[in-house]
Amino acid sequence: MADTTASLPGQTSGAMRLVRKLPPTAMIGALILLFWIFTVLTIQFWPLANPLDMVGRRLQPPSAAHWLGTDALGRDVFSRTMHGAVWSIPIAFLVVACAVAVGSVLGALSGFFGGWTDGIIMRLVDVTVAFPPILLAMAVAAMLGPGLTNASVAMVIVWWPIYARLMRAQVLEVKEREHVEAAIAGGAGPLRVLRVHVLPLCWTPTLINATMDFGQVVLLAASLSFIGLGAKPPSPEWGSMISEGATRFYSWWIAFGPGMAILTVVLATSFLGDGLRDVFDRRSS
Amino acid sequence: MNTLLETKDLRIEFPAGDGKWAEALCGVDLSLDPGEVLGIVGESGSGKSIAMMALLQLLPKGARVTGSARFKGKELIGMAPSRIRQLRGKSIGCVFQDPLSAFNSVLRIGDQIAEAITLHDRSISKRAALKEAERLFELVAIPQPAKRVSQYPHEFSGGMRQRAMIAMALANRPELLIADEPTTALDVTVQAQILDLLRDLRKDLGIGLVLITHDLGVVAGLADKIAVMYGGRIVERGTTDDVFYHTAHPYTAGLIGAVPSLDGDGPLQQIDGTPPSIFNRPAGCSFHPRCSYTQPACQAGVPSLMNTGHTDCACHFPLVKPRAEVAE
Amino acid sequence: MKDTMPYETVLSVRNLIKEFPMRGGLLGGEVGAVQAVSDISFDIRAGETFGLVGESGCGKSTLGRSILRLIEPTSGTVMLGDKDVTAAGSEDLRQLRREMQIVFQDPMGSLHPKMTVSQILAEGLRLANLPRSELTAQIARLIDMVRLPADMVDRYPHELSGGQRQRIGIARALSLNPKLIVLDEPVSALDVSIQAGVLNLLEELQSELGCAYLFIAHDLGVVRHISHRVAVMYLGRIVELAPVQDLYANPQHPYTQTLLSAIPRADPRLERERKRIVPKGDLPSPMDPPPGCRFHTRCPKATPLCAMETPPLAAKNSADALVACHHPGPVA
Repeated sequence: MADTTASLPGQTSGAMRLVRKLPPTAMIGALILLFWIFTVLTIQFWPLANPLDMVGRRLQPPSAAHWLGTDALGRDVFSRTMHGAVWSIPIAFLVVACAVAVGSVLGALSGFFGGWTDGIIMRLVDVTVAFPPILLAMAVAAMLGPGLTNASVAMVIVWWPIYARLMRAQVLEVKEREHVEAAIAGGAGPLRVLRVHVLPLCWTPTLINATMDFGQVVLLAASLSFIGLGAKPPSPEWGSMISEGATRFYSWWIAFGPGMAILTVVLATSFLGDGLRDVFDRRSS
Repeated sequence: MNTLLETKDLRIEFPAGDGKWAEALCGVDLSLDPGEVLGIVGESGSGKSIAMMALLQLLPKGARVTGSARFKGKELIGMAPSRIRQLRGKSIGCVFQDPLSAFNSVLRIGDQIAEAITLHDRSISKRAALKEAERLFELVAIPQPAKRVSQYPHEFSGGMRQRAMIAMALANRPELLIADEPTTALDVTVQAQILDLLRDLRKDLGIGLVLITHDLGVVAGLADKIAVMYGGRIVERGTTDDVFYHTAHPYTAGLIGAVPSLDGDGPLQQIDGTPPSIFNRPAGCSFHPRCSYTQPACQAGVPSLMNTGHTDCACHFPLVKPRAEVAE
Repeated sequence: MKDTMPYETVLSVRNLIKEFPMRGGLLGGEVGAVQAVSDISFDIRAGETFGLVGESGCGKSTLGRSILRLIEPTSGTVMLGDKDVTAAGSEDLRQLRREMQIVFQDPMGSLHPKMTVSQILAEGLRLANLPRSELTAQIARLIDMVRLPADMVDRYPHELSGGQRQRIGIARALSLNPKLIVLDEPVSALDVSIQAGVLNLLEELQSELGCAYLFIAHDLGVVRHISHRVAVMYLGRIVELAPVQDLYANPQHPYTQTLLSAIPRADPRLERERKRIVPKGDLPSPMDPPPGCRFHTRCPKATPLCAMETPPLAAKNSADALVACHHPGPVA
């Protein structure tokens, strides 16, 4: 039966075909993420109040002048929320990228070579995932000292084992396929086999997971800032803004802006990740 | 004698996107009498399996089935699903290629067969049904039936599992058994055992058997009559001997010539090209691009089944030379 | 069927054993070993097709892969010409791979799904270190050699039919002009009409290029058609090895006889007349093979001797026909 599935008509690029197959929820997710990325890149040109300046009276509820009101120091919450993206989004990118890089390399080596390489790397993974992630991140961040850089390092340390396991499982599966044996029989050395014949077929789960984790990393970064281990006060970081808002319970708008921002990012990545999984799973089945 | 199963102009279409339909089966007429064995032979994509799946309403959702298929005079196409379920597993038993997927791996095989029995006849007690399962195991020559019924599917070898599946298909004394590639996944010695078993069952129980396979050797020894399928149509139909010894369709002749035999010599007869996809069937006779006797007329019209003296053959230019002389 | 000719040995396998460790118990320690290939010796001659048949689990694929060291054999030697494959270090082995290649059963699974045909063939040609211009020419030549149209080069495996994929697999194996190609069930995943074309192609290529084939299959009809000599395996051992005419016309081992009698023939009259020798019971577990002759538990001619002593693979009628049986010859 497989013989009858010949080429598909239309020679559009792979990316375009992927987009066309995405379910509507995933498209919404993608649009929200694109909006935030656009915000990060262009925020300096937006006609917004300086997020660090006192622009009005303290603790004003939302109004036409201040869409999301003002905080305890009279700063514009809407402006701070939008500027918060400049902290959260790039950091989440960086953390996910580093975690994927470290985790995938170690996981691939572990799965491909097996033996003691596998033993050492996987025990390291086991130890790392044995801690609750937020606790481990707190411990590392506390040890390195507060600050966004250190918090990012802490988050990479929390996250890489997930990708190591994913990649290892995938490599273990792909390396048993016959085309890999064919490559070995054709005289390819182990590193070439891994790089050319195994890895290119291993990225799908990592891609899906990384998309979904992006929102989780934004959340964890905010959590660390919330408890004072991330960005330091005047900077408009979502977590620290929520922390400020939390002490002023009746001025709900202070936490509302950053809260909604985090919510949209997490939801958007879940939608997009789910959509990607649907597309890829359907393709593989 | 009453006909057991009869299809008339059976058609199956699948949605092919953009509101179009692809015809997987383009009008198939088959008939089977009680106690008869019909072999349906074809390669992948010929439509040989889906015809029978359509009868039992086992096709994926979205498929459109038209035409008529009668089992003992009752129309199956468009029958209510609840009534089809009644027939399936009771009057019609099924055996598939992969026996492992037919059983639930966490339940004992005996219990599963007993359930198949009690499902169709509530008056039978669980104990009696288990006893019956044991008897069925004996019937399909599974050694130590009393011990085997309380084992799990993974404790059975491939051949034993296929026997157990046949036992389950026979559980409610069906009048028709549909076997879809029942021996393809098995080794030759095991295949020989299963074919012997099917032969005995047919002799002892007098049930009708539809045997779907790609292997001409399997039907040669077992079938009374054969339908050869290609591109969703029957291209040749007749008694087993006629199909083998008075072959009229070039495709059938090609298939017979392509099997490396245990006697006889010379290069294998090869059929160039590949079987057509259901989404892209050639116009006219769908075999014409691969046929060595093609003439312009073959592209023009779809040939219908015509009697050639021995077999019914759907070909504009049937081979007249009887194969019997060639074979002996 | 073909005649055997005066020969030069391409491959010589001596006492090859492959054991897989069996793990079990709470700690997953080694509790024993399964001998998938036990003490096998044979030679393949230049330009010949050596058929290897047996049912699933008999170790034929493991044997094929052990010879190429795609699986490390436990012990024994494999000589390719005058070079010791089993003793080669990793760099020597890489160079040796020019001379021995493999074609797999699953034509889809054995091709990299994200590479085009030309990339796949270029991978196979890497050991040859060709300059870019020659590489393209060589790929075109290979495609032509396996009778595929030249515009195949830019297709992906999923755009090809099963038969076309298998032809690409064969082209890849041929790319370095090897002395030996292991064909592991190369046609069993293909439709009958396609299978014949691939078998004919393999025969034509052999007469053009003169390479030797180790043809592994479960289908005795196919093996008879293409092989010069045939070995029959049962539970890790060769039970009979003979020129193809002898083996099919005059099988000596009861297992060979059983196998041959089990094949359904595409001829209704023959099918109705012939008698089958049906083996008793099921195949024993390879984890716990019977002592002595491994077939004795199912053999119609078994005697107490068979259970005690392993019969050696030895010449019975002619020097070329070997059988491992205490009581060879036709059944009653």
